[in-house]
Amino acid sequence: MSDQPLLRVNAVTKYYGGRIGCEDVTVSLWPGEVLAVVGESGSGKTTLLNCISTRLPPTSGTVEYRMRDGQMRDLYRMGEAERRLLMRTDWGFVHQNPADGLRMTVSAGANVGERLMAVGDRHYGKIRAAAGDWLGRVEIDVDRIDDQPRDFSGGMRQRLQIARNLVTGPRLVFMDEPTGGLDVSVQARLLDLVRSLVADLGLSAIVVTHDLAVARLLSHRMLVMKDGHVIEHGLTDRVLDDPQEPYTQLLVSSILQV
Amino acid sequence: MATPLVVSEVSKSFTMHLRSGVKLPVVDNVNFSVAAGECVVLGGPSGVGKSSILKMLYGNYSVNEGQILITHGDRTVDIASADPRMVLALRRDVIGYVSQFLRTVPRVAAVDVVAEPLIAQRASQEAALARARELLAQLNLPERLWSLPPATFSGGEQQRVNIARGFITSHPVLLLDEPTASLDAANRAVVIDLIRAKKEEGAALLGIFHDAEVREAVADRTIDVSEFRAVGEAA
Amino acid sequence: MTIQQTDMATYNFAYLDEQTKRMIRRAILKAIAIPGYQVPFASREMPMPYGWGTGGVQVTASILGPDDVLKVIDQGADDTTNAVSIRAFFQRVANVAVTTHTKDATVIQTRHRIPEETLGKGQVLVYQVPIPEPLRYLEPRETETRKMHALEEYGLMHVKLYEDIARNGHIATTYAYPVKVEGRYVMDPSPTPKFDNPKMHMSEALQLFGAGREKRIYALPPHTEVVSLDFEDHPFEVQKFDQPCALCGAEGVYLDEVILDDKGGRMFVCSDTDHCEKRREEGHRGPLAAEAPEMQS
Repeated sequence: MSDQPLLRVNAVTKYYGGRIGCEDVTVSLWPGEVLAVVGESGSGKTTLLNCISTRLPPTSGTVEYRMRDGQMRDLYRMGEAERRLLMRTDWGFVHQNPADGLRMTVSAGANVGERLMAVGDRHYGKIRAAAGDWLGRVEIDVDRIDDQPRDFSGGMRQRLQIARNLVTGPRLVFMDEPTGGLDVSVQARLLDLVRSLVADLGLSAIVVTHDLAVARLLSHRMLVMKDGHVIEHGLTDRVLDDPQEPYTQLLVSSILQV
Repeated sequence: MATPLVVSEVSKSFTMHLRSGVKLPVVDNVNFSVAAGECVVLGGPSGVGKSSILKMLYGNYSVNEGQILITHGDRTVDIASADPRMVLALRRDVIGYVSQFLRTVPRVAAVDVVAEPLIAQRASQEAALARARELLAQLNLPERLWSLPPATFSGGEQQRVNIARGFITSHPVLLLDEPTASLDAANRAVVIDLIRAKKEEGAALLGIFHDAEVREAVADRTIDVSEFRAVGEAA
Repeated sequence: MTIQQTDMATYNFAYLDEQTKRMIRRAILKAIAIPGYQVPFASREMPMPYGWGTGGVQVTASILGPDDVLKVIDQGADDTTNAVSIRAFFQRVANVAVTTHTKDATVIQTRHRIPEETLGKGQVLVYQVPIPEPLRYLEPRETETRKMHALEEYGLMHVKLYEDIARNGHIATTYAYPVKVEGRYVMDPSPTPKFDNPKMHMSEALQLFGAGREKRIYALPPHTEVVSLDFEDHPFEVQKFDQPCALCGAEGVYLDEVILDDKGGRMFVCSDTDHCEKRREEGHRGPLAAEAPEMQS
């Protein structure tokens, strides 16, 4: 791991009128690191994710990102064109509901190839080959390259979403409950895929989840949120095995044993 | 490098907020060190805090007071107050841990589980897998199991995967929590050999051994953890 | 043929009031300054419903002067209903000279075709446009498409072409084929056949596009670079016809299919009626020239 953080979140706060979305969150993320943000419904974890990924401007605070040229840039000071380009090339965003992150009426191959076309790739054969390659990596049968995601199962759609996001080699991926709503066996497969991709590609990721098992499996560090605040943070296995705060202890003890 | 591990005035207690904030003291004023090439055993009755000490050394448990000093390259780092990234770096390069139970990840084959720590150190896949196979063979794990995920293995089989994973690298400090608990005599002997080899390599080993035979075969000295019993029991 | 109307119309010149013409001219100037960019304008109620060329009519009305010579074509023909009606409309409200000869016209209003004869300096081609937004069918939100144009995010356009190739083995779009203007804006050339796309590139004429219902005007000033979108390994190709015009024998022109009888008899003739007529006057004859029904002129 290198010395400079990839992402710096400084005192990010988001109010919805008088209500707190999230308050005073400060955290940094380094290359190759996975950060889990856990909490129950209403904890502010999704708000935080949206503020960090520039989908929701915070009320106060800054989010800085280290560009490929090494420069640390304030994301909300950036022009919209640059930010949108960043979102399409250097970042990924995996939605909880894959339909939100895919074009459902366009073929799987086109879904994966879109980002390549958006950054100027103009060779049909090569785009198709890259799409086919990524479908293979997320374990979707290459024969389905011309099928639409409408005809895919939930797990397949989610894997397609991951392929669509990773095709441009992003350095940072945001995931919002990536396994939410999937069957347990499908979850296992997806988590294993995410784990190996993160390791193989040296990705950084911020994963929002309410499932502590997902956090343990995927993340190095963890933030525990309650009512918009980070109430505990640290090494994932430390927070889960030796929780210090009352709420964290409650969360951990509430996991059903199989 | 002579004393890669020094534990100084460490104390820990658990605060059980779900039980009205009851405080459970674990250990108090723990002081000891482990030198390179020696194997130190943590002894004492069950529940006295032996596992907890190992977990604190590994960064898995937090520390209330004191320092845990590890030699990291040419510097000394205090794990008790280190930030998460430093702890991860130490785990990758300096401190290894053979835990009592293998936490299995779905779909990852046993041989890949074992090879992972070497790959994390940037070894090539082939070299890491080759070394993993050597260790699994040495531990008598049947070859047909190597490409299977360990979730369905027996306790002893899982333990052997755990051991192989812990011993595959050249970490200067190795923590062992009941490494032979589910093993038969033949495999206990293998583990004894592995520990001896590590000592010869100059690693500093700290372990909990329930088994007297193994303990006697490898221990250079024993620390009675009940010496560090916390003053003031739970209310 | 050239007709001159003698009695004066009782409308303001070219129907629109002067302030409206100013507003439209400002939009046209802006459109010319930003080739391919859709400029919103306050489209007026015209004496024909939406979908009948109100955008083109408003543009023509705004640029017409008393000395202009107007030609109106619909699918290449001067003698179809719409062309006849619009031509008659302008004769009535502007008392302007009209013609069917491409060469003689200063302003040509067209629905869905570009004349075969190369246009020259000083000529203006006014296109009637139904849906000006090339991305509309891929992205229904106007808020999104405006952003895409503003930020030059045209990946989606290529997604459509990719889908065509994946489904049909080749790009199946044959009309309203999207183009990139001056390397910046992606534009819908109106539902002209892709056959006509190359004619837009580096034309000496001014090309204006009016969409009345959608309230947009866009433009291609003379000598503008217009490139049809494609892939490196699936380059843009125009339609090819395997036979010449049945009447005048012209090759390399866009042909219409005309059904002759109810037994499946058909012939292919020039879509551009003026072009075909001219060639026949010059003596060219196609294979079916003798049998063709008498063309009304």
